Amino acid sequence: MIERRAAIKQLLKDRPDNLFVVPGLGSTCWDLASLGENDRDFYLWGAMGGAAMIGLGLALAQPDKRVAVVTGDGEMLMGLGSLAAIAVQKPANLAIVVFDNGVYGETGMQASHTQRGVDLVAVARAAGFPRCFDVSDETQLAGVHAQLTAGHELLFARVRIAADDPPRVLPERDGVALKQRFRRAIGASV
Amino acid sequence: MTAAQWPDMLFSVIQRAGVSQVGYVPDAGHSRLIERCIADPKIHDVSLTSEEEGVALAAGAWLGGARCVLLMQSSGVGNCVNMLSLIKTCRFPLLMFVTMRGEYEEFNPWQAPMGSIVEPTLKLCGVEAVRATKPEEVETVAQSAVQRVFGEESAAAVILSQRLIGKKVWTK
Repeated sequence: MIERRAAIKQLLKDRPDNLFVVPGLGSTCWDLASLGENDRDFYLWGAMGGAAMIGLGLALAQPDKRVAVVTGDGEMLMGLGSLAAIAVQKPANLAIVVFDNGVYGETGMQASHTQRGVDLVAVARAAGFPRCFDVSDETQLAGVHAQLTAGHELLFARVRIAADDPPRVLPERDGVALKQRFRRAIGASV
Repeated sequence: MTAAQWPDMLFSVIQRAGVSQVGYVPDAGHSRLIERCIADPKIHDVSLTSEEEGVALAAGAWLGGARCVLLMQSSGVGNCVNMLSLIKTCRFPLLMFVTMRGEYEEFNPWQAPMGSIVEPTLKLCGVEAVRATKPEEVETVAQSAVQRVFGEESAAAVILSQRLIGKKVWTK
């Protein structure tokens, strides 16, 4: 298993300018912020269960850009239906990456369904995601990293991470400011 | 204008507004409008499993510079409540067209609890609700909502009365 901060670092190594990232609330948001705040990231402090669908709206709006949603197992479980909605659309420029440690880290490490038999890769595959990755080491993670920038298909990846609890790195939390700077960075005009 | 034409008027409003994403949960009242959206190659028609997915979709669309409209039945408003925090916190534009159940000539009493609290719920969540009951007022009400929502980055719902939509046929 990979430590979460090592995983986010490897996933976004040599990040291209056309890659925009939506992290789920909580730990994955702090993971992303640990790489340094970036105008091309839309840091979620709430909207649990909504990260993947924000990614879908963004990916459909900007088909020439790459979009990665990086979220946790608890956040993904709250929006399981969105995997069905996204798989029906199949935007080629979208990747859903779930950091799965089997616990709700923000609320005190309570068990999530994924350590009780619910398999998110199987759910994504059954929903119709054309490319699914089950990652538990750095070599497999390198495969997902390559697909994030050069892939031509909708992608789902579960990255099995250790249930550690690194120090929080808190990004900007003013929602309007986050929205405006993200829209400027992506060149949104309307 | 005949009563059957109001969905086409709503479709014209959507087209003129440059909306490129329409999120919806299949609904009898919206069936004509949904068909028009599916048939338009300039519109991504996004079928949702639950209405709250549409709220997040609309936020993502705006982050990418696109306009989104959500179509739902009154019961779907209840499914959106927590996700509407995203809209209020970040001041995302949000436009919803809501077909009413649980009011005029409703046969199914299970529709009444949510139907009866749609407008106060929206108001509590920071979404302005404007109602259309006659076919001839649908276009004006919707057009005015479009201007406020996308012009000011605000949230509004056009409430389409059950009286406008007509009685559901229960016996076949």
